[in-house]
Amino acid sequence: MARSFGDKDLILPNGGTPAGTSSPASSSSLLNRLQLDDDIDGETRDLFVVVDDPKKHVCTMETYITYRITTKSTRVEFDLPEYSVRRRYQDFDWLRSKLEESQPTHLIPPLPEKFVVKGVVDRFSEEFVETRRKALDKFLKRITDHPVLSFNEHFNIFLTAKDLNIYKKQGIALLTRMGESVKHVTGGYKLRMRPLEFAAIGDYLDTFALKLGTIDRIAQRIIKEEIEYLVELREYGPVYSTWSALEGELAEPLEGVSACIGNCSTALEELTDDMTEDFLPVLREYILYSDSMKSVLKKRDQVQAEYEAKLEAVALRKEDRPKVPADVEKCQDRMECFNADLKADMERWQNNKRQDFRQLLMGMADKNIQYYEKCLMAWESIIPLLQEKQEAKKESRFLDGPRK
Amino acid sequence: MEQASPDPERQLQPGLLEPLGRSDAGLGVAVDEEAEGAREEGSGGDTMTHNNFWLKKIEISVSEAEKRTGRNAMNMQETYTAYLIETRSVEHTDGQSVLTDSLWRRYSEFELLRNYLLVYYPHIVVPPLPEKRAEFVWHKLSADNMDPDFVERRRIGLENFLLRIASHPILCRDKIFYLFLTQEGNWKESVNETGFQLKADSRLKALNATFRVKNPDKRFTDLKHYSDELQSVISHLLRVRARVADRLYGVYKVHGNYGRVFSEWSAIEKEMGDGLQSAGHHMDVYASSIDDILEDEEHYADQLKEYLFYAEALRAVCRKHELMQYDLEIAAQDLASKKQQCEELATGTVRTFSLKGMTTKLFGQETPEQREARIKVLEEQINEGEQQLKSKNLEGSNNLITQFIFGIQVWTNAKECFSKM
Repeated sequence: MARSFGDKDLILPNGGTPAGTSSPASSSSLLNRLQLDDDIDGETRDLFVVVDDPKKHVCTMETYITYRITTKSTRVEFDLPEYSVRRRYQDFDWLRSKLEESQPTHLIPPLPEKFVVKGVVDRFSEEFVETRRKALDKFLKRITDHPVLSFNEHFNIFLTAKDLNIYKKQGIALLTRMGESVKHVTGGYKLRMRPLEFAAIGDYLDTFALKLGTIDRIAQRIIKEEIEYLVELREYGPVYSTWSALEGELAEPLEGVSACIGNCSTALEELTDDMTEDFLPVLREYILYSDSMKSVLKKRDQVQAEYEAKLEAVALRKEDRPKVPADVEKCQDRMECFNADLKADMERWQNNKRQDFRQLLMGMADKNIQYYEKCLMAWESIIPLLQEKQEAKKESRFLDGPRK
Repeated sequence: MEQASPDPERQLQPGLLEPLGRSDAGLGVAVDEEAEGAREEGSGGDTMTHNNFWLKKIEISVSEAEKRTGRNAMNMQETYTAYLIETRSVEHTDGQSVLTDSLWRRYSEFELLRNYLLVYYPHIVVPPLPEKRAEFVWHKLSADNMDPDFVERRRIGLENFLLRIASHPILCRDKIFYLFLTQEGNWKESVNETGFQLKADSRLKALNATFRVKNPDKRFTDLKHYSDELQSVISHLLRVRARVADRLYGVYKVHGNYGRVFSEWSAIEKEMGDGLQSAGHHMDVYASSIDDILEDEEHYADQLKEYLFYAEALRAVCRKHELMQYDLEIAAQDLASKKQQCEELATGTVRTFSLKGMTTKLFGQETPEQREARIKVLEEQINEGEQQLKSKNLEGSNNLITQFIFGIQVWTNAKECFSKM
């Protein structure tokens, strides 16, 4: 699981470090790549971010929710050891765009869906806000865990600035060198063939997204069926109460059965709520994640396409041989960095995905187990009630009752 | 208004046999009196056989069901199910059982037997039969009368029916019941010869009685209300239960889809593959478990239906009582007017009837002690029914508990698979 990040990434053409690399982000990212990837061990971490405390703000123009972001860090990039700021969804959205722009060779984590169909979902309901808060927290934690993205200046500003709007307006160009360079890649070139390993990643992501989509639909269907089952249960239980009112001796056990069914109904409702709030959103996030990853793959293709085209053009112009012109070298450099970054991120992504799904599916199993345990407890508690009445009336003039 | 005047001879002749020392204080006396007439009529040989029959302990079972084809009354081809009834006598000494009779009967014959008993024992709550057609079904498939699960549950219900009659001190002595167990051919003719159909009261008469009885017995009125409300609540319960079962089925079955998609997903994964694959298998197990669970629950539904039918039978007895009460009141009126006539003709006229004989004819063989005894029997039967219901409730909840334990098992297994991902 924990492996040295440095090995693959340092295999660069022409040996040594990428030419002319000097921006702070790159050098410290290089340093990070040499370190062991040990997120699991909390002691070696030097950056902690938490999203909590949602609050509703009512203004003349609009109503919205802000979340508190608390940051604790010993990194030199932070002036203070601790920060606490308030951000709203569009601030997160801004951050993500900036990251995509400035770190195009990396996989940027997804945000929860921006738009919600008004009328269907209550944007200010406790459940919705809590679900969103968890997703935003996950988003920032994924960035925090990333050796390159966590040092991004936009990220830093997001975590520390008192008033983010000033920075937004200023539109400070904080692009990394890589970001700058990829930005200028012309899109006109078409890649003839994707290299095998990236084609494999593309295929994987396609199938992966497909399967997740299916699981999402199944999960939704199950929740729907469970809710319909719940509706019937809620009618079923009270009928036993009605019956109990007619009876003398049977009244207590029947009332007990009614209460029991009521408890099971409540347990089922809790299960469906949990699945809706915790399971479905994570699935959907991963689908969004794989969509954005496919875009990065396409960008990589473009970079490679440009390089190959330029290389071909040079090969045709026999004058410049054997020296390779500077701009072609730049393209090659760009491509190889991109490939390296992407591969590293892919491996990191695969590990995290495995952890995330392990946790998600185990959570689903747990919730179901808890549901059954609650039901079991409810029914076991009324067995004594049914049994004691039975023993009280053992004598009967007739046979012991028909056998089954 | 026609008055059904009970003819002691017709009523009693094919019905009752000589009691055999199994007597309970109140009832024994009543039965003896009623049997008085029969003893004179019954043939010596038959009575002896019947006596011996009941001296030994009897085991009755409906052991098999078989599909048959035949021609019905309109000479059309039909398919029906026949049930094998086996009667064994158990020797007192060594407890071993010997097969004494075995014959095949179909559902309609059971129905005939029950209708006969309803007419001849109006004061007794006759045990119910299992449903004629599958009602309160949750799944379209189980509405089929030929469905093996339905047939099996019916077999059990028919067996319970016979056992309950056999364990009833009065019903067990009925000759037609005895013939049902022993005489395969011509049994229908024997039943029809009793002419019980003529004796069956019309529904209209029963309804009339409900509204015109002047001094209804409060206990019977209460019983009637109870049985009405009970029928209503249990019908409601059965309807909702069927919907609950239907929904639960849906929930389990959709989980089966997880099995397939986990398997497909596992194909593109390296480390996660095994975990996903085996978890998917557990989802399949989970989805297929619902069939057995719901089949078990059908037995609970059957018990509820029995209770429903008992309520109906109870209602029938109350209705019968109302009819008799009504007849009684009308007869009392008549008697009063006839007494008057009698007094007017008293001088010089030979009495053409005896008052005792008249009241016997009009009021039936009922003495206050007998009525008390009947009510007591009714209450005992209701208690027994409640007792059974409690035990069925217990069984039902045991079934549910098995279901929950199974659910926990499956999900714990799945969780283990996920943890290995």
